[in-house]
Amino acid sequence: MARIELRDVAKRYGSVEVLRNIDLEIQDGEFIVLVGPSGCGKSTLLRMVAGLEPISSGDFLIDGERMNDVRPRDRDIAMVFQSYALYPHMDVARNMGFSMEIRKDPVAERKSKVAQAAETLGLSNLTDRLPKALSGGQRQRVAMGRAIIRDPQAFLFDEPLSNLDAALRVEMRLEIARLHQKLSATMIYVTHDQVEALTLADRIVVLNGGDIQQVGSPLELYERPANKFVAQFIGSPTMNVVPVIGTDTGVTAGNGAAIELPDQPLTAQAKELGVRPEHIDVVDNGTGDLSAVADVVEHLGSDTNIYVNVEGIGSMMVRKHGNIPVNSGEQLGLRIQTENAHLFADDGTALRPVA
Amino acid sequence: MSAVKNPNPALIVGKYAALAFYLIFALFPLYWLLKIGLTPDALIYSEGTRLFPSEITFSNFTTVIFQTDFVAYFRNSLVVSLGAAFFTTLFAAGAGYAFSRFVFAGKRIIIALMLVTQMFPLLMIIAPIYKIVAELGLLNSLTSLIVVYTAFNIPFATFLMQSFFDGIPKDLEDAAMMDGCSRFQALCKVVFPLTLPGLGATLGFVFTAAWSELLFALMLISKNDAMTFPVGLLTFVSKFSVDWGQMMAAGVLALIPSCLFFIFIQRYLVQGLTSGAVKG
Repeated sequence: MARIELRDVAKRYGSVEVLRNIDLEIQDGEFIVLVGPSGCGKSTLLRMVAGLEPISSGDFLIDGERMNDVRPRDRDIAMVFQSYALYPHMDVARNMGFSMEIRKDPVAERKSKVAQAAETLGLSNLTDRLPKALSGGQRQRVAMGRAIIRDPQAFLFDEPLSNLDAALRVEMRLEIARLHQKLSATMIYVTHDQVEALTLADRIVVLNGGDIQQVGSPLELYERPANKFVAQFIGSPTMNVVPVIGTDTGVTAGNGAAIELPDQPLTAQAKELGVRPEHIDVVDNGTGDLSAVADVVEHLGSDTNIYVNVEGIGSMMVRKHGNIPVNSGEQLGLRIQTENAHLFADDGTALRPVA
Repeated sequence: MSAVKNPNPALIVGKYAALAFYLIFALFPLYWLLKIGLTPDALIYSEGTRLFPSEITFSNFTTVIFQTDFVAYFRNSLVVSLGAAFFTTLFAAGAGYAFSRFVFAGKRIIIALMLVTQMFPLLMIIAPIYKIVAELGLLNSLTSLIVVYTAFNIPFATFLMQSFFDGIPKDLEDAAMMDGCSRFQALCKVVFPLTLPGLGATLGFVFTAAWSELLFALMLISKNDAMTFPVGLLTFVSKFSVDWGQMMAAGVLALIPSCLFFIFIQRYLVQGLTSGAVKG
């Protein structure tokens, strides 16, 4: 168990700065998910915590102790790799017990811990197999077993589920969530999949282009994104963002439609309006804030996705719960749930109602 | 209906015929070597082109082993080839690992220089090499051959080893280091066992190259007791005649260590040792 702190950490390769001003405090037992598009530096940050990548500047602390120059083996952190990185010439039992073998722990203790971990992960009858004789999901479990057997201060996961098929991914996601509940250990998890992030995390760190965009609980990021990037990255389907002109009472959209936003102050600075697909209501043609034509309608049973064309604005998406009787080509009115709307300034930062 | 169709019998026959043809083509020179080695001297010219000699004798073999210096040549070749193979593989493995894993100043220049060394015709450098070896007082010594063969084979062997190291995922070393290994321990316990096929291939490559090398051995060795086998083979050519039977018998005997060596290392050459390490 450990409290991990990053103070003004940066990473440079030559003159290229891939991470900057990373300030992050991770509480003991917290599940932190680093999320962002590929190339945002999230894996590099994880490898810096692991000690596999040197830290260019700033301080990295575990329980208040500076660990910048401590070797990976002395940090007492376990890591699960995206590729699993199982030792191909060792059987499952030796793969899992390898850390104890290196530490020269007694053989009997190693055996009992391996057996226990194998039991937990449902690998008991596979312990004498080589990795090549295992399926993807089983390899993934061995990789996790190798981590939990060490009982480390913290666990690092580098996109551990990205090589699994969709059904297995959901199953392993649950397993990781259970593991966190059971061990209540500090965990840092890297993914580009926002569903994994939203379902697993106590707090999510959104990274883009080497900067932390926002840190917060999944609901905070969904309800109060700090900027346009976070707003569009978190939430599926993606938030609709349309250019507007801020007025004293609301905004004016590109087609001249005035939308009143009583819950949103600072409207004069607003340059863009963001509305999630689920926060737009379909109303009778001629009423509501905007009039639109349904382009494509997807009936998913539980939900209905309506892609609409709004004259003078472009395409937007509306998602409604249940089955909505709309046909493509139909004229619709759209009403924006103003309390759930987001306004963004010129530089993309979100404008907040004054509390 | 079964998913796999029964193959056309004509196709099978054709396939085996092609294989047989290739085998005969490839092995015929070896057969001829053995045949002439077994033919009595008196019959060599009279039955020169017959597929099977009418009489067989082992006298060429016994003469070569017991009445010539063949055993000494053989021992010298073994020392030189094993020495060159060992040192080349040792240095090439170190250099190949560095090229594969580390970024350091001058890496590209070193790689380029190593490539350049491969472009010179051997004949061009024989004279300077001779001069260097002579100055060092190493003429007529097996050491000189080991040094020269090692130096000549290192560049290619390094590229060979580098490609083997490149094939071992870096994640494995990272994982080993997270599991508590130092970099050196990770190398010994994880990378080394996976590199065995590469080491075997490199050893085999250098061994056979050194085993059959003639040019430098001829230049640097003139004393009988330091001759390697290819040079020694020339002693069967005298001013007035060539002792074909003994020469071929010696040739057959010289094939034995190469064959043994490959039987020994071939189990390390099997592919797929790293499969299952990472996804896929």
